[in-house]
Amino acid sequence: MLSTTPAAASLRRDMGHSRSDHPNLVRLIAPDGTAVGDTDVGLSPQELRELLRLMILTRRLDDECMALQRQGELTVYPPFRGQEAAQVGSAFALGPQDFVFPSFRELAAALVRGVDPVEYLQYHRGTWHGGPYDPLATRFAPICVPVATQIVHAVGWAMGAKLDGKAACALTYFGDGATSEGDFHEGANLAAVFGAPVVLFCQNNGWAISVPLEVQTAGPIFRRAAGYGFPGVQVDGNDVLAVFKVTKAAADRARNGLGPTLIEAMTYRMGPHTTADDSSRYRTEEELAAWAPRDPIARYRRYLVDAGVADQAFLESCDGEAEERVATIRARVVGTAAPPPSEMFDHVFAAAPPSLERQRREALGDA
Amino acid sequence: MPEVTMVGALNRALRDALAGDPRALVFGEDVGRLGGVFRVTDGLQAEFGKERVFDTPIAEAGIAGACVGLSLAGFRPVAEMQFDGFSYPALDQVISHVAKYRMRTRGIASMPIVIRIPSFGGIRGKEHHGDSPETYYVHTAGLKVVVPSGALDAYRLLSLAIADPDPVIFLEPKARYWSKEDGELGVEGPGIGEARVVREGADCALIAYGTMVSRCLDAAGRLADEGIDARVLDLRSLVPLDLEALGTAARETGRMVVVHEAARTVGMGAEIAARIMEEAFDYLQAPVMRVTGYDTPYPPASLEQHWLPSVERICDAARKAVAY
Ligand SMILES: Cc1ncc(C[n+]2csc(CCOP(=O)(O)OP(=O)(O)O)c2C)c(N)n1
Ligand SMILES: [Mg+2]
Repeated sequence: MLSTTPAAASLRRDMGHSRSDHPNLVRLIAPDGTAVGDTDVGLSPQELRELLRLMILTRRLDDECMALQRQGELTVYPPFRGQEAAQVGSAFALGPQDFVFPSFRELAAALVRGVDPVEYLQYHRGTWHGGPYDPLATRFAPICVPVATQIVHAVGWAMGAKLDGKAACALTYFGDGATSEGDFHEGANLAAVFGAPVVLFCQNNGWAISVPLEVQTAGPIFRRAAGYGFPGVQVDGNDVLAVFKVTKAAADRARNGLGPTLIEAMTYRMGPHTTADDSSRYRTEEELAAWAPRDPIARYRRYLVDAGVADQAFLESCDGEAEERVATIRARVVGTAAPPPSEMFDHVFAAAPPSLERQRREALGDA
Repeated sequence: MPEVTMVGALNRALRDALAGDPRALVFGEDVGRLGGVFRVTDGLQAEFGKERVFDTPIAEAGIAGACVGLSLAGFRPVAEMQFDGFSYPALDQVISHVAKYRMRTRGIASMPIVIRIPSFGGIRGKEHHGDSPETYYVHTAGLKVVVPSGALDAYRLLSLAIADPDPVIFLEPKARYWSKEDGELGVEGPGIGEARVVREGADCALIAYGTMVSRCLDAAGRLADEGIDARVLDLRSLVPLDLEALGTAARETGRMVVVHEAARTVGMGAEIAARIMEEAFDYLQAPVMRVTGYDTPYPPASLEQHWLPSVERICDAARKAVAY
């Protein structure tokens, strides 16, 4: 039996993850935009602005995807509103040699890594599984829905990178819910035992569909790393600079042969689980209202403006560019059609065996 | 000619693959220093080093999942699951990823993975050590599934499986591990997807794979004494299935008996019977017979020979088919 009532649980979250925020939580910028740590993370003013530009663009894109779904242009879409800093900050910390293994909510990270969002969105449009972008060229693995299964792929890739003596790391995204799966444990343990260069990046957004964090796990997620024998760090996932800083440190550490790191980014899913979800059935307006002032974009915008790194003209250009790019993406998404049915048979094996060729002819004639 | 056991032949295939392809890796539980609980990987770590032949934690999903990541990194993983009954924790990774990754990436990422699984019964094992898991894999699109019946073919099939660009589930019949064959090890001969006739015969055909092939040969010997000329077809490859060989056997004998250890319901026999009807219904002189394990969990050692298709049960089915 659960001893917590939903109201009590949501009250705890209203207080701002008070149960799980660790005193050592890494935070450089407070929710009101003031610096509370050393914000010199080694980025140039231009790069600092780039982080904001990317967050504005990805939020605009996320909103557009919600609209596209409502208009019937996407089947189901899992929005990431509220998690822009966690994704942009972490993806920005990686180099071209690194490889990302996402779950299913990482469109922002994909865009930062150079994946064509139109190709990515084919997944949600229902035109192809996995996502038809080239995972080897983009070094961004296919979208992965079976929760936590991508973690072991990242570890396997990292084992390979280590065998090859490459200075490269894998980074895998997963949610708080994923940490309850066996694959999280197997992946973390394998990574530790083999000293695999991998960053385990948990976006703790407080919810796994309707199940709140405290029903998912009873202890802080980042602390589990100690049990595996590698560092774990908890970071304010709505503070893009802090996320960048801890991810860069973890990636450097991995590339330098020092093994895995677990990052727990404390963030919040402002939208529904997916467009098929009604989150009002399990969480309160008050909880959402409590998280609104911790918005990652407003916070960082204020910080950059106060620091004199960004001005009004820059902010306007970000909005303008986001509008333009998203309009292009929308047009291209809407313009994509289903692949020919022959593709169902084309990629099952490198060469289809005769028995499958027969089924292709059965389905399509001799075409 | 040199005599070799199936374990020896499999060991040689792994050794030759490791020597021939610097991207090949061999890993699993106890495969390193110990050489595997059946010694299939004996000596490989000493010869090729701990980087290419290594022990893993007891983590079957992790092993299968790591195969996916290693394939993306350009390796050719050959993983071992310690036993049939302990391969199930990896099923999610195998079904959701190993089998589908090529498709999900529109052909861009191939998964040249071999998962070796000591399988099937007949060795007086404890529970979880005598399962026939083939149907789970055969039913999963994107996997090839092969089962050798003797040492020489074990070498050939494993070598071909490792060289294959697609994932191959390699089921090793434990009861045949110590069987011996004379001959040179090589890859010439039937490929993956081709069955082979191991005994000619015109009155009926016994269709089998793995351990049941030798049992069918024994049955064919006994049937010959009774004047029944039974052909024995070793399927070798369950996916792809050699429909042509099945059709030929059905057309030439008209009487087909499918033999496997796995439980009957939705076993390979069901699929083969259906295929035979599609291929050669007009030629059939009798219903396709099935001699299989029962729809019960694999029994304890003292009962396993009651469960496994016996020579007598196979002969009975053949007699019925011929007399039909
Ligand atoms: C193995 C598995 N079980 C269940 C599901 C259904 N499911 C999809 S997302 C999800 C919740 C995941 O929560 P979390 O890991 O916190 O990620 P988030 O959705 O918050 O990004 C569930 C239960 C699934 N995709 N895979
Ligand atoms: Mg979550």
